Amino acid sequence: MITKRLIACFDIIGDRVTKAVKFQDNIDVGPAEDLASVMYDEQIDELIFYDITASAEKRRINIEVVKKVAARMFIPFTVGGGIKNLEDMHEALKAGAEKISIDSMAVRNPGIIKEGALAFGSQCIVLSTQVKRTQKSLKIPSGYEVYIDGARLATGMDAIEWIKRGQDLGAGEICINSIDNDGTLSGYDIELMQMAGEAVSVPLIASGGAGKPEHLKELFSKTAAQAAIISSMLYSPRMERNYKVAEIKEYLMKENIHVRPIRV
Amino acid sequence: MIGIIDYKAGNGPSVLSAVAHLGYKAELVNTPERVLQMTHIIMPGVGSAGATMESLKELGLIDAIKTAVLENKVPFLGVCVGMQILFDHSEEDDADCLGFLPGQVVKFDREKVRVPQMGWNKVTFSENMGYKAEDDYFYFVNSYYVVPEDKSHIWGTAEYGGLFTAAVCKGNIYGTQFHIEKSAKAGLSLLNGFLSLKGGRL
Repeated sequence: MITKRLIACFDIIGDRVTKAVKFQDNIDVGPAEDLASVMYDEQIDELIFYDITASAEKRRINIEVVKKVAARMFIPFTVGGGIKNLEDMHEALKAGAEKISIDSMAVRNPGIIKEGALAFGSQCIVLSTQVKRTQKSLKIPSGYEVYIDGARLATGMDAIEWIKRGQDLGAGEICINSIDNDGTLSGYDIELMQMAGEAVSVPLIASGGAGKPEHLKELFSKTAAQAAIISSMLYSPRMERNYKVAEIKEYLMKENIHVRPIRV
Repeated sequence: MIGIIDYKAGNGPSVLSAVAHLGYKAELVNTPERVLQMTHIIMPGVGSAGATMESLKELGLIDAIKTAVLENKVPFLGVCVGMQILFDHSEEDDADCLGFLPGQVVKFDREKVRVPQMGWNKVTFSENMGYKAEDDYFYFVNSYYVVPEDKSHIWGTAEYGGLFTAAVCKGNIYGTQFHIEKSAKAGLSLLNGFLSLKGGRL
């Protein structure tokens, strides 16, 4: 049976990985290609790479860094940030990415999801979305609202409705980041992921809040999420201690969560 | 020389990077002339069966691939959609495929499992087939899977709402549904086995 995936997520500025709390105060972690090597050697299952300033700076994704990172590892690799059209997607795929993540751009132009899925297949298109708890209302019945532009701009859109629409348009995977929990190390937003799991049938990635292995157990045992983003736990300099991929997996296996075993 | 078929929307560069990492010389090929000069051919796969077949037709590669694989017996490895198109027909896009192996390509049942299948799954290989392959975890991204008519062509199986064919082999023809180039050490090791086979041409 398919295993639950642990995904390292790189927030890239220039050619370096950074770490933020609630999308602010990014501090430097190290060069992207070096950290990619470390993560690959530790046997992380997958890597996501966001060029976090590309959109705001209205430039295309930094393809040279994508290439350097891709050359260091032989695991699935998703790239996002500053992707505006099919040409940008093709560039990133040629540079060694398997999947393209679209976020703010998909909200502005939902048609890009469909175009991407038709051109490269649904499996290639990851809809990422930043969501924040809010008052339940007619317009936002789930109580979760979609934010864009680095979680700065509220859209008035219901998060659950949005991911359903994303799936209908052809997204092959959906990554949901809880703005409330991001960087807090207090655990994933379980209620959010439960709602999302009931709403869509494509694979789901949970993001935001992981601080210890127990949080992953809670996510995988209580929700339909198939994958989890862990970044602070692995390399945030703000953590009292970082975890090795192997010790997280050992813990999960002991707790009967099916993960890819570490290969000796 | 090892040739990696370079077609629109394929992930040839990723496969090339894995082959180069193993210390082999390889090149991306997209002309019939070059295809016929290769010692080994790898057909990468991303996207849909219909689009892949269209792309091969546009490049005029189908006859060259047939000659290389069926007549010259060059070792051939199809990856993901590159393996699916080895069969007669795919439900995806209702596409007629190469027909090197008898069988159909069908979709996973959305009622039973999340589609696409995305992630690392354990593959169990049968003995006495192809070269030595060890059971391990490999990375899959697929909504469709192959159903070979001749069960002796099944090389590896995995489970996703039931057993499905994860790898096939018949003589010089190999196929993996998983992304061998993205399956870390397990994938590299299996790829190395294929590349070590005696090549069909120099």
